[in-house]
Amino acid sequence: MAIVDLANPSRFLKVADGAIPWLAGATVLAGAFALQQAMAAPDDYQQGATVKIMYLHVPSAWLGMLCWGLMTLAALGTLVWRHPLADVIAKAAAPIGAAFTLLCLVTGSLWGRPEWGTYWVWDARLTSELVLLLLYLAVIALWRTVDDPSRAARAVAVLTLVGAIDLPIIKFSVDWWNTLHQGASVFRVGGSTIYPTILMPLFFMTGAFTLLFVTLLLAAARNEILRRRVRTLQLMQAKAAS
Amino acid sequence: MAATAHIDFIAAAYAAAVIVIAALVVWVIADYRAQGQKIAELEKRGVTRRSAGERPPRQPGQADRAKEQA
Repeated sequence: MAIVDLANPSRFLKVADGAIPWLAGATVLAGAFALQQAMAAPDDYQQGATVKIMYLHVPSAWLGMLCWGLMTLAALGTLVWRHPLADVIAKAAAPIGAAFTLLCLVTGSLWGRPEWGTYWVWDARLTSELVLLLLYLAVIALWRTVDDPSRAARAVAVLTLVGAIDLPIIKFSVDWWNTLHQGASVFRVGGSTIYPTILMPLFFMTGAFTLLFVTLLLAAARNEILRRRVRTLQLMQAKAAS
Repeated sequence: MAATAHIDFIAAAYAAAVIVIAALVVWVIADYRAQGQKIAELEKRGVTRRSAGERPPRQPGQADRAKEQA
């Protein structure tokens, strides 16, 4: 089956039904392994054990941004090709992205208090991440405001494309401004500044979180397709009754 | 020792992760069940969707309607 065949909602449902249990199983196994690796990792020579918060904070930040990137691609699918599956993916992804962005901010605050002496500072990285959360909430609100899914999808797509400007701001905020938040330390020119015994568990945890994200996204997209079928059936019922 | 000094922050971070992930999982499962129940109730009342195989060829201007039926 070609990848484009998945663009058909009925085929997508069949593939999702088959894939979700396997993905869920893989997520549990990967999560258990990554958690064991994170707990067994040594303490940082400066941060001590608080480095363990990084195993949650970094994957959450990565997924919050990845999710908006995916929604940006879906927005192009909605505006350029007007494909219903692009609408479905965009709508299903928003609450998941919002949840991971919230988790990024909460774990960041809990790391900041013992390391910086404060839960929050209005520096560029933290503020741009908060803006991302507000953008997610705006998208969710917009989906709920417009009753017709096709009209809502177009409005959300425009907001998503505008909001995508925040992604490079988040990424490069630590380079463009003087921030309390540390600079890039995983993917950077000259290699990572993190020692492998701490870096490898971080990669494992990021992989497990990404698997969780894919599983939740497929399940939420399946729910959204079913919701649209319910709406169609209700419209058919109303039409038949009138 | 650093581990005992900041254990409450570490525990709070992992607790927050458990709460957020559990909320997402519960939301997805509850929503799936709710939509399944609604479809079953509508089909019980005789409201059914045409299958893709029985659908007639799409006419010009039917794009939005097809979108609704997705």
